[in-house]
Amino acid sequence: MPKDGGIGASTKRREDIRFLTGTGNYTDDINIRGQAYVHFLRSDVAHGRIKGIDTAEAEKMPGVVRIFTGADFEGVGGIPCGWQVTDRHGAPMQEPAHPVLAQGKVRHVGDPIAAVVAESREQARDAAEAIEVDIEDLPAVIDMKAALEDDAPKVHDDLSSNLCFDWGFVEENREAVDKAIKEAHHVTTLELINQRMVANPMEPRVVVGDYKRANDESTLYTTSQNPHVIRLLMGAFVLGIPEHKLRVVAPDVGGGFGSKIFHYAEEAFCTFAARKLARPVKWTCTRSEAFMTDAHGRDHVTKIELALDKDGKFLAIRTDTHANMGAYLSTFAPSVPTWLHGTLMAGNYTTPLIYVNVKAVFTNTVPVDAYRGAGRPEATFQLERVIDKAAREMEIDPVELRRKNFVREFPYATPVAVEYDTGDYDATLDRLLEMIDRDGFAARRAEAAKRGKLRGLGINCYIEACGIAPSNLVGQLGARAGLYESATVRVNATGSISVFTGSHSHGQGHETSFAQVMSEMIGIPAEQIDIVHGDTANSPMGMGTYGSRSIAVGGSAMVRATEKIIGKARKIAAHLMEAAEGDIEFKDGQFTVAGTDKAVAWGDVCLAAYVPHNYPLEELEPGLEETAFYDPANFTYPAGAYAAEVEVDPETGKVTVCGFAAADDFGNVINPMIVEGQVHGGLAQGIGQALLEGCVYDESGQLISGSYMDYAMPRADDFPAFRVDHSCATPCTHNPLGVKGCGEAGAIGSPPAIVNAVVDALQGGGIDVTHIDMPLSPGRVWQAIQGAN
Amino acid sequence: MTSVSMTVNGKPVSGEVEGRTLLVEFLREGQGLTGTHVGCDTSQCGACVVHVNGEAVKACTIFAAEAEGAEVTTIEGMAEADGTLHPIQQAFQDHHGLQCGFCTPGMVMSAAALLKENPQPSPAEIRDYLEGNICRCTGYHNIVKAILAASGQDANAIAAE
Amino acid sequence: MYNFEFERPSTVEDAVRALAGDEAQALGGGQTLIPTLKQRLAMPSKLVSLTGIDSIRGVCVADDGAVCVGGATTHATVAREAAAAYPALAALAGQIGDPAVRNRGTIGGSLANNDPSACYPAAALGSGATIVTNAREIAADDYFQGMFETALEEGEIITEVRFPVPQAASYQKFDQPASRFALVGVFVARFAEGVRVAVTGASAEGVFRWHEAEAALAKNFAADALKGLSLSADGMIGDMHGTPEYRAHLAGVLAARAVAAA
Repeated sequence: MPKDGGIGASTKRREDIRFLTGTGNYTDDINIRGQAYVHFLRSDVAHGRIKGIDTAEAEKMPGVVRIFTGADFEGVGGIPCGWQVTDRHGAPMQEPAHPVLAQGKVRHVGDPIAAVVAESREQARDAAEAIEVDIEDLPAVIDMKAALEDDAPKVHDDLSSNLCFDWGFVEENREAVDKAIKEAHHVTTLELINQRMVANPMEPRVVVGDYKRANDESTLYTTSQNPHVIRLLMGAFVLGIPEHKLRVVAPDVGGGFGSKIFHYAEEAFCTFAARKLARPVKWTCTRSEAFMTDAHGRDHVTKIELALDKDGKFLAIRTDTHANMGAYLSTFAPSVPTWLHGTLMAGNYTTPLIYVNVKAVFTNTVPVDAYRGAGRPEATFQLERVIDKAAREMEIDPVELRRKNFVREFPYATPVAVEYDTGDYDATLDRLLEMIDRDGFAARRAEAAKRGKLRGLGINCYIEACGIAPSNLVGQLGARAGLYESATVRVNATGSISVFTGSHSHGQGHETSFAQVMSEMIGIPAEQIDIVHGDTANSPMGMGTYGSRSIAVGGSAMVRATEKIIGKARKIAAHLMEAAEGDIEFKDGQFTVAGTDKAVAWGDVCLAAYVPHNYPLEELEPGLEETAFYDPANFTYPAGAYAAEVEVDPETGKVTVCGFAAADDFGNVINPMIVEGQVHGGLAQGIGQALLEGCVYDESGQLISGSYMDYAMPRADDFPAFRVDHSCATPCTHNPLGVKGCGEAGAIGSPPAIVNAVVDALQGGGIDVTHIDMPLSPGRVWQAIQGAN
Repeated sequence: MTSVSMTVNGKPVSGEVEGRTLLVEFLREGQGLTGTHVGCDTSQCGACVVHVNGEAVKACTIFAAEAEGAEVTTIEGMAEADGTLHPIQQAFQDHHGLQCGFCTPGMVMSAAALLKENPQPSPAEIRDYLEGNICRCTGYHNIVKAILAASGQDANAIAAE
Repeated sequence: MYNFEFERPSTVEDAVRALAGDEAQALGGGQTLIPTLKQRLAMPSKLVSLTGIDSIRGVCVADDGAVCVGGATTHATVAREAAAAYPALAALAGQIGDPAVRNRGTIGGSLANNDPSACYPAAALGSGATIVTNAREIAADDYFQGMFETALEEGEIITEVRFPVPQAASYQKFDQPASRFALVGVFVARFAEGVRVAVTGASAEGVFRWHEAEAALAKNFAADALKGLSLSADGMIGDMHGTPEYRAHLAGVLAARAVAAA
């Protein structure tokens, strides 16, 4: 039994109290005396040349403080991209400028043209309506393949084409893969779309820029998953403010799912305007505005081919993907379809030859970047769908086909550059089969048929690379940042502890789970430990939270800092007990001398450190505070097996999810309650992608799904009760906690299960449909049924 | 500007508002009650649900002037004065019915309205009632469990759906 | 939103007077109008809230058996109070929006707006209801005049909607997955003198009666009677949620289900 409040306990979350009582501190709850409000005048055309902006009338409107346009940002840096991909031919990607406010051209609906700062929100909006903008409409490119045609309009006039890069991975495998596919016994081909998604954290983005002229200090309050990254990008690359004069605070943040990783123009604008005006400037995004300004996710069009031998052994995989970058390169956009996608194409299988080609394309749409899973859902979806299709074509049971190809020996070096340290894919698949009563499925299908419904069962596996990431490796891959994490452990004089972590919690519950780790290590109650995050003024340089990295990287940094603390405390205890350091044992908050009854409590050691009267001052500094930076040796590789059972109403095309089961291997787990919650949330986003959600542009670049009236957010009644299990645990071999991370698994593993299940349902009903593109909305499923009949 | 008066969480309050001032603006900006959140502009997400005269209402879709004379309860009015959580709040913590916390005030207020109407709802009735409350974090599973528990039922009954 | 003057009269007469000015607009529950105002798609100089008028709120049964719903009655009230007298109407009201929306949204607001995907128009047209205003009575057949178009004059207020109660009725709604408005909704009502079938959500012209289905069901009120009948996709709405063909098809499926459930 885990100790209450320690590792492995389902400790209730401490942060809940403020959220449940309405006393959280979200960015929009921050109001600074004297603040002005900004409204952005945004482009309503997808592509146009700005011929003129007349702000004369608007300047005279009531309450207007100042109106800014692109001209005010000449000489100011653009929004930078944090990752550079090198293409197949060794050339760097094409990297366009991304001005804070549009200069010369607008490139997507929502691109900011001007910013009105006024005394109130409504006054700012009133004045924005009075700005006259002369825009020459240009033809827009929305479809990626059309954007690559020779005569396509160019999103960026100064680039040679709309192709950002043409990436081959692993380029040396290309010919061998072609040959293996040509000569194989069987090749299964699938063309599919991984549709554009909108992350939609429930809290829209908010920015408050503040400036204290006397000290030349800027403070940015922002809805961010990584305040230090924003400070670095905005300070160094956009505004030229050194770090010591720029504080970034990300207080309580209402969800992120990737969309709050990136540095956005509004952050730079409010910081810039606050400095120019010497007063606070606030921007609160509306949901409608969020749809056209938050970076979108996914948006891949893929052809995948899987070559098999006559026994179903995988021989080779070849994929051809077009990845939409949108109009500009968002912070980590180039990494998503490449290193977060290509490296996962081996899945859980021993396929010896893999070649991934990705063409990244600029279009007149909102920039696309990481969304929960980022690249890994795209890899998993195509792989697990093509395996299912192959199983059907070769008449092999889909579960058995997967088992025939499982990786079983670890460490396993894939042909796509990563090395799985550990795993047991049979174990999670076995566990899943125990959970879902596969033998009883035929009876359930027959019963459904009596009600006129087609029942289907879809099963798939997944693997992801999390705990992002080894800095030296990602540096070689194009990252312009390190991906370590930091922690400072500050032990106070009476023994209570404040941990300052570079990780950021926006729903993940770090304040509780990180404290559990500390409580376990020190042996004091978790209530005596506080986890502080989200403020660059407090925490050492940190890289923030995404890629299921917090516990694996941030937690490890905290462990390393705490080990330093314990090491020093042991020396102090040895001095206090007049014993040799090697004889000191530390357990449950007590230092003892082995083989004696001598003991000194944690609190006494801490007090001695800060009141060093009886203290080895010649050997040790007073105080008890340590910092560690942890850079992981490898990614972590959570993996598992998922199953969906669905019913299709053949008359309407409506899909009902009857059951969903997930068996995950997350390695060691700190707080099972929180881990299960993370999986539930991931499943909802994955099932949401499979059945409901999708961002749609029309041919002219207007955003059709621009609000919750058309973008189908999953509701409670869209889901069954989930069954989740993480009892199959192969601890990570290279981090001190043996943890792998759990934040993205649900979103990565669930879409193929749903689509596999729907195809199975239709096939079971004698309807020969082999694939339907997501979201499997009733209209699309009905259309597919009509097509097959 | 017109003046409005209402009772918020048992206390009489009043203020000057424009015709267009929404109740949620009056609460957040006028009264400093920032627990009521705004997550959309199409009256769908439900982060702003409060009770007006005992009924769940989206505070972003009612003008402050329409609440003239009303009894308004917000999330800040749910716990006891000594900080003891309302049973629904406590159940949300016990069953991990929240993650980022942004939708939570609206969820709790909707749950309270549900249990007033239907003291022992089934899991399906809970899911149906939450149609106007969007949560992006939890997948709703633990919210349903929390509401079952708050209604005195076995939270594990969710598995019997 | 743009600013406006706000009035909340307590009588119909005062409301009519308040609405007489230029650019004054009536405000029912506001569940559609307020989001529209937020987008700055409307610019009334004055909003006249009808929620303070007690005389146009509530549900009652008239001597002739008709269910009379006051124009400012919320969906939640109809769902609760019409359940005994007209279950299909109450069930329809209970499917509009979500609970918080139903606590504010009103029947008068819905019918005055006549959204092509709204539920209430199907009930009114399917029941052959009478829309009563401060000035006159309008038969449902004359009231709906196309998408967002009605027979209401400027400043005219819906004070009551009178629903004849059919022998059997059912409303089948198929949700648009995002908005949860009706992608298609079909209201079927069987009266002694005939059958009415009203379809919402499907047509670009708004709610309409499916006369062919009515004729077939008048002869034989059974789902099978609709076999072989189909609506033309011409004039149906096509959008990211469904093609015109899909909507036409759904109307047939839902009509049959409504008959079976009635």
